[in-house]
Amino acid sequence: MGKRTVIPFGPQHPVLPEPIHLDLVIEDETVVEAIPSIGFIHRGLEKLVEKNEWPEMVYVIERVCGICSFGHGWGYCKSVEGNLGITVPLRAEYLRTIWHELGRIHSHLLWLGLLADGFGFESLFMHSWRIRETILDIFEETTGGRVIFSVCKVGGVRRDVSNEKLDKIVMTLDGIRKETRELTRVFLEDSSVKNRLVGVGMLTKQEAVDLCAVGPVARGSGVNNDVRCDGHGAYPELNFEPILEDGGDCYARCKVRIRELFQSMDLIKEAATKIPDGDIAIAVRGNPSGEFVGRMEQPRGEAYYYSKGDGSKFLKRMRVRTPTNANIPALVKTLQGCDLADVPMLVLTIDPCISCTER
Amino acid sequence: MSERKDLIQEFVSVPAAELLETVSDIKTKGYRLGQICATTLDDVLEVLYSFEKDFTLKNLKVETPARSAELYSVTAIYPPAFIYENEIHDLFGITFKNLAIDFGGHFFKIAKETPWNPQAHEAREEIPEAPEGARKDPEEIQEGGGE
Amino acid sequence: MSYITKSPWVIHYDGSSCNGCDIEVLACLTPMYDVERFGIINTGNPKHADVFLVTGSINEQNISVVKQIYEQMPEPKVVVAIGICATSGGVFRECYNIKGGVDTVIPVDVYVPGCAARPEAIIDGVVKGLGVLAEKKAAMKEKAIAVLDTEAEAPAPEPPIEIQVYGSTEPREHGGAHDASTPGKGEA
Repeated sequence: MGKRTVIPFGPQHPVLPEPIHLDLVIEDETVVEAIPSIGFIHRGLEKLVEKNEWPEMVYVIERVCGICSFGHGWGYCKSVEGNLGITVPLRAEYLRTIWHELGRIHSHLLWLGLLADGFGFESLFMHSWRIRETILDIFEETTGGRVIFSVCKVGGVRRDVSNEKLDKIVMTLDGIRKETRELTRVFLEDSSVKNRLVGVGMLTKQEAVDLCAVGPVARGSGVNNDVRCDGHGAYPELNFEPILEDGGDCYARCKVRIRELFQSMDLIKEAATKIPDGDIAIAVRGNPSGEFVGRMEQPRGEAYYYSKGDGSKFLKRMRVRTPTNANIPALVKTLQGCDLADVPMLVLTIDPCISCTER
Repeated sequence: MSERKDLIQEFVSVPAAELLETVSDIKTKGYRLGQICATTLDDVLEVLYSFEKDFTLKNLKVETPARSAELYSVTAIYPPAFIYENEIHDLFGITFKNLAIDFGGHFFKIAKETPWNPQAHEAREEIPEAPEGARKDPEEIQEGGGE
Repeated sequence: MSYITKSPWVIHYDGSSCNGCDIEVLACLTPMYDVERFGIINTGNPKHADVFLVTGSINEQNISVVKQIYEQMPEPKVVVAIGICATSGGVFRECYNIKGGVDTVIPVDVYVPGCAARPEAIIDGVVKGLGVLAEKKAAMKEKAIAVLDTEAEAPAPEPPIEIQVYGSTEPREHGGAHDASTPGKGEA
């Protein structure tokens, strides 16, 4: 039995530009225990509800994270809309769904790039990010922003997208589908990639349930808690089936995200044909006075948005629980017993977003 | 078109003494822990536990006095709760008894006291701290509060 | 861009950013924007870096980290604050854990506004920073030459110092570099 050593992993580390901190207790080359701690980018933005009126708070919540920014904005709006008891026009729900799914494509491509970078396959990283730029161009064309676009508001959306433009988006997506297929084939079939992913970081179905894992981490272990099944947005009208894999390893989690890429493209295509005409927002009157938990399926998993109002222009409490936060117990579990050299892979396959986690 | 399950959510107030009993009841029914969060209301802290099953939510609300906030930890029933409980401890100063993985105030690495629950900080300042307390290291102070 | 005669290397640190600016900084390195064609490489080692890109505002926790990276960078160096958070704190200005923009901790040379800052703006900011870098380098060179001059001229003015010694009993350091160089130039 070797001597135990504690290796601090982060805040500056080889995986992400973001500061995550883990204390890895290792014995020889094997990790025995991982102790997470957070707070390097804690801002305390939930406290801003006391200074920003609730219609303005959406700008702050969108900046919880710049990667799944649209989903955060939608989650907040959903929470306040539930609180006020209003129903959003169907066209707005469709547009939100389309933007959210585009966001998922952009986020998953970004993640694939980071994963490739993590195992040292830099050209794959470059290709993933090259394809991702197409999605950002669509965002820019429809909303004006590339990563943060403030297009969601309580009661609907701020901008309409013409049906012609929607057709153009579908065409653009069809255009990148082939390239994406080629790219993802490398992730799924290349032996050097499989060497790093298959059988690494096993999380069984029971463990995923016990550790309350969310998102692709849970779905990679065969647990369905995809919030898109709960009937919000335009999802109930679309042909949506959650994607499940039962491998439970890094490869399965990677596969879930890759399949979701193509699923999102299909969903957008379907939504673009089914989208009804009509208003994109309704007038909102009154102030939230109850409480409501809005839930969203972010690219990284399920997120909670709890709002509590007291009838004034300021919410009493706004709480965001992000998917990375819920996946930390699963990460700590999978890290136990892994090789030190695999730590970056394991950290990456939960697709950590520290900015979300610490808010 | 399926029903809007996200709109089905109940909020149940539970006395702090019955918390563990209710939570283990929920666990046996097959619910998954969604999140735990705290809200400061005048003199009390309201802690909200969200559980999810089949995409419907069940929320438990527990109240505890803000000045001496203390609750039993649910980590024995839901182990992943340690994330939320340590976070609430570090930000709101609630002490969780029997916390399975206790970071002792070092989970959230922040350099300053948070303004979420000023009353707990006031109460803590009234108790004379060890000489190190003068060093103004909130982590130390929080650790003092956590044990 | 003829003034880019060297390959400036950048180091990127995420203060307490929302990731928006971070992914845009990374996007600058990828094929669409490709700053590597200007010889710009993202390095992880502050001692290799010429340009320090900071995204996000400064919080109590990372003051020392930012200071450390800044101090470890060799002279001349340029700090570019990317995004409105790094410039002034932005939307998070009033958060309890936020101290403010990067300039509350270290001197900033170029501010790139935007939320999130666009890759074009970031590249513009870095290129502007390179101008500052060139200026700083020129200033350093001038200073070095000035020092060299005085050092080089130091032996030459020895005779006047001797004269000074004859003329006065004051110790040599009182003459100093300035006094000594004037007669030196006069002689030339």
